[in-house]
Amino acid sequence: MSAPTYEAAVAAYQPVFGLETHVELGTASKMFCGCATDFGAEPNTQTCPVCLGLPGALPVANEAAIEFTIKIGLALNCSIASWCRFARKNYFYPDMPKNFQISQYDEPLCFDGYLDVEVNGRTVRVGIERVHLEEDTGKNTHVGGSTGRIHGAEYSLVDFNRAGIPLVEIVTKPVPGAGADAPEVARAYVAELRDILRTLGVSDVKMEQGSLRCDVNTSLTPAGSTEWGTRTETKNVNSLRSVERAMRSEIIRQAEILDAGGKITQETRHFQETTGTTRSGRSKEEATDYRYFPEPDLVPLAPDAAWVAELKANLPELPAARRARLQQELDLSPDDLRSLANAGVVDSFAETVAAGAPAAEARNWWLGYLAQQANSREVEASALPITPTQVARVIELIGQGTLSAALGRQVVDGVLETGADVDQVIAERNLGLVSDTSALTEAADAAIAANPDVAEKVRGGKIPAVGVLVGAVMKATRGQADAATVRSILLEQLGVSE
Amino acid sequence: MTELYELDASQTAEAVASGQASAVDVARSHLDRIAAVDSEVRAFLHVDVDGALAAAREVDQRRADGEQLGPLAGVPLAMKDVVVTAGVPTTSGSKILEGWIPPYDATVARRVKQAGIVMLGKTNMDEFAMGSSTENSAYQITRNPWDLSRVPGGSSGGSSAAVSARQAPLAIGTDTGGSIRQPAAVTGIVGHKPTYGAVSRYGLIAFSSSLDQAGPFGRTVLDTALLHQVMAGHDPADSTSIPQPGPDVVAAARQGARGDLSGLKVGVVTELTGAGGGYQAGVLARFRDAVDTLQKLGAEVVELSCPHFDYALAAYYLIAPSECSSNLARFDAVRYGLRVGDDGTRSLEEVMSLTREQGFGPEVKRRIMIGTYALSSGYYDAYYGQAQKVRTLISDDFRKAFEQVDVLVSPSSPFVAFGVGERVADPMAMYVNDLCTLPASLAGTPAISVPCGLTDEAGPALPVGLQVMAPAMADDRCYRVAAAYEAAYLAEHGPILQHVPTLGASR
Repeated sequence: MSAPTYEAAVAAYQPVFGLETHVELGTASKMFCGCATDFGAEPNTQTCPVCLGLPGALPVANEAAIEFTIKIGLALNCSIASWCRFARKNYFYPDMPKNFQISQYDEPLCFDGYLDVEVNGRTVRVGIERVHLEEDTGKNTHVGGSTGRIHGAEYSLVDFNRAGIPLVEIVTKPVPGAGADAPEVARAYVAELRDILRTLGVSDVKMEQGSLRCDVNTSLTPAGSTEWGTRTETKNVNSLRSVERAMRSEIIRQAEILDAGGKITQETRHFQETTGTTRSGRSKEEATDYRYFPEPDLVPLAPDAAWVAELKANLPELPAARRARLQQELDLSPDDLRSLANAGVVDSFAETVAAGAPAAEARNWWLGYLAQQANSREVEASALPITPTQVARVIELIGQGTLSAALGRQVVDGVLETGADVDQVIAERNLGLVSDTSALTEAADAAIAANPDVAEKVRGGKIPAVGVLVGAVMKATRGQADAATVRSILLEQLGVSE
Repeated sequence: MTELYELDASQTAEAVASGQASAVDVARSHLDRIAAVDSEVRAFLHVDVDGALAAAREVDQRRADGEQLGPLAGVPLAMKDVVVTAGVPTTSGSKILEGWIPPYDATVARRVKQAGIVMLGKTNMDEFAMGSSTENSAYQITRNPWDLSRVPGGSSGGSSAAVSARQAPLAIGTDTGGSIRQPAAVTGIVGHKPTYGAVSRYGLIAFSSSLDQAGPFGRTVLDTALLHQVMAGHDPADSTSIPQPGPDVVAAARQGARGDLSGLKVGVVTELTGAGGGYQAGVLARFRDAVDTLQKLGAEVVELSCPHFDYALAAYYLIAPSECSSNLARFDAVRYGLRVGDDGTRSLEEVMSLTREQGFGPEVKRRIMIGTYALSSGYYDAYYGQAQKVRTLISDDFRKAFEQVDVLVSPSSPFVAFGVGERVADPMAMYVNDLCTLPASLAGTPAISVPCGLTDEAGPALPVGLQVMAPAMADDRCYRVAAAYEAAYLAEHGPILQHVPTLGASR
C-alpha cells in the first residue's frame, strides 16, 4: 500500500491542528538577569551567576518582558490574568543551567483569545489557548558522530548566551474544520502572528535565527466521525514554508497509516527541511514527568488592571486593521491585498508607496521579481536585503527613463548581492541607459552595414524587420540603450518614416 | 587579663572604636583561638587567615583615615558555608561542591564586608543544611563546646559552636526549619530567624526556597540585633525580599534590656509545650521558669492553642524535600563542582548519575527522592498540594493567636544537645528536633532563641533555649522580649557561657 495523494488524504480525513509557537522577545536584557541578549556574540560572554545557574543565584523577572507578553496577549484578544505565577519545569539537560526551566504551567499570563486569518477567501478563527512567559535554554553543539545529536557525539559544547532569553509561548486551541486548507491556515496564522509581533515591536522575529520556532500538532478524523484522532507533535518547524510542508507531509503520513488500518502513535516528530518529511522522535509515553510546581524564588505576577488598560489603549495599529486601511487608501483590490499579505509584503509594499512609488509598480515588484528572488534564496521577501526606499528609487529611475525594466532588475540584483545603494550600483556597474545619440547613431550605422539585406527590406517598406537591427544595437550596447530610441535612430538613418 | 576573643561583639566594637585594640589585634586573637581549640570543636571548614587579616587591616586603615565606620566594624564573624563568598571556598557541607571557588558574593556576605565586619572563615553544617546535628556534613563532625561528645545542633552547628566556643563573637547561619534556633539553644547562645524576606537570599545555596532565611548568632541579644541590622534590608536581586524597611531591632533590644514587659501579652502554645509528650522534663522545667520570669517582668501570660501546629512536621517534610529536589538538580557535573567518571567511555547521563551518587550524602539523597516523588504527576495534589494547605492553616493559627497576644513562646527544641551518633540511624528521631521551630518556618514569621538556663537530666549541665515568636515584620518584638528575659537571667545567674568547660586543654 502506498501513500495517498494529499487530495485523497483530506478527502478521507478531516485534519485538526494546533500550533505552539515560541518567540524570543526583543528585550535588551534576559528574562531573569541583567545579561545582554545580542545575537551572535562570542559563546558564553553574555552570562552571569543567574543565567549560569550558579549555586545561590536567584531570578528576578524582567518587567519589559512581562509588558511585551501582555501586549501580545492583548493583540491576540486574550484575557490577562490579574494574578499568576511562574512554575518550574524540571528535567535534566546540559543546556539547562539549573536543570529546570522557569516557565508557566496552569496559570498563564494571558489566556483565551483568538486570531482571525484569511485563506482562499474565507476567514478562519484560530482560538488562542494561552500566551505564557518562560526562559530559553542554552544552545548545544554536538561535535563528532554522524547525526549531530548528543548520542554518538565525541563531545558537546554549550553556549549559555541564549540561556535565560525571554521566550513567549503562544498555544492555539485545536483548529478543526479547515479541511484541505489546514496547512495554509496554519501558515497564514504564523505569518499573521509574525506580523503582529513585528508591529508590536516585541521581537525581531527572525525565523532563520531561531527567534520564532513552531511545533505543529496534527491529527486526522475519519470523514463522518466526530472523535478526533491521536495527534503527533512535529518540532523543529522554523519557516512559514515549513509549517505548511510539515503539516501536509504529516497529513499524508497519518492517512497512509489509517488507510492501512493502523493506529497513530502519540509522539514527538522532527521535521526535516531536506526531505520535507517528519521522522519519529521520542514517544510521549516515555516523556519526562516535569514535576511542575510554583517557582518559590519569584513573587506572583499581578499586573495592575489600570496598567493593562493603558497598554491596550496604546497598542499600535495591528496588521489586519492596517491592511483594511491600506486597501482603502491605496485603492487595492481584495485580491491584490491578499496576495501581498500571503507573500508577507504588505508593509514592504506600503513603505515603497510611501517612498513615492506608484502602487501598481510597487505591487508588481514585490509580487513579481522580488518574490522570485526571495523564493530562489529561500527567504521571506520582506527579509531580502533591499529596503522599500531602494525599490522606490528603482521604480522612479525606470519612470524617468534612466533605467529600462531589464536594467532595473540588474540594479536590484546588485543591491541584493552587495548591499550597496541603488545609485552606487548603477555607477559601479555602469548600468545607466546610453542616451548619447552620437554613440547610438554610430552603433546604428554599424548594424546597418553589417546587415545590408535587412536594411534593404526596411527601406523597401518592411518596417517590422527593423527589429533585427534594434536587437543588434541593443546587443552592441549590452542592453544599456532605450529600445524605442534606438528604433527611431535606425529608421532615421535608413531614411524611412512611419 | 581578658583576652580579646572573650569579649562579646559590642565590647569588641567598642574596643576597636576607642582605639584600645586594633581590628588586626582582634582578628589575630580569634585566629589564635581557632588554632587552639578548633581541633577539638571542628567548627570551621575553612579558616581564611589572609582574608581576615586583610579585612581587619582595611578597617584599621579606614579608621586611621578618619572614616565613620559602622557599629560592628572590626568585629570578627564566622560564616556558615551555605553562604556564597567570592574567592573563598564554599561547599554547603557537600562533597559535590568540594573545591568550588565562587566568582561572586552573596548579598549577606557583601553587606557584612561593607559593615567592616571581619569574616574569619566558613563554618561546618549539615550537607545543604539538611539536618539538626551537623553530623550530615560530608567533611567533619562538629562538637558541642559544652560537651565534646555531643552535637552542636544543626544545620548551622559550625556557626553555633564557633560562637559558643568563643572562636567568633558573631556568626551567620540559615534557618529552614529551625537551623538557627535549635543550634543556638543547644549551645547556649542567641540565634534569630528573621521574617521570611527580611534578609536577602541572593547567594545562599538554596535548600528550600520558600523557607530558607539567613539570620544572626551572638552571645547576647544586643549583639544578635546589631548583626541582624547589618544583614537585613531590601535586595532587588531577590524577588522575595520585602521592599519595606524592617523594624529597628537594635532599639528594641536596648528597650527590652531595661527589663519592663508590662502591657505585653505572651501566649504559651499548648501544642509546643509537650502536651503530647516527647519533650525532656528538664527542658520543660526551664521553659516554665522562663515563663514565670516573663510574668515577673510585667507580661501577661495566657495559654492558647494552635491546633494545626501538630501537622507542621509532616507538611515541612513534604515542602522542603520537594523544593530541594528541584534546587539541587543544578549539581550535575556540567559547569562546576565534582565530576565523577568522565573518562571518555561514559555518556553524559552516566557521568551525571555517578557524580550525584558519589557527591551527595544519604540524607540529601533521601530528601531528593522524597521530593521527586511528592512532586510527581498524580501525587502532587496528595502531597505537595496538601502540605501547602497545611501551611496556610498554620499561618491562620498564627494570625488568630496574634489577635490575642503580642508574642508566642515555647522551648526552642524538645531536647538538649544529644550525643554524637545517637540519632543518626533514625531519620524521624532527628526530624523531631525541629518540632518547636517548624511552625514559624512554615508561616515565614520571625522567632528568636535565647538561653534560659541549664538542665543536667541528660548528664552534664546543658543549655536550654526559650523561643519567642512574633508576627511577620515584627522581629523587634522577639528582640525586646528576649533582651528583657536575658537581663533578668543575667541578674540572677550571671552569663550562661561561663559554664562552658575550658577548651584547648589538650594543647
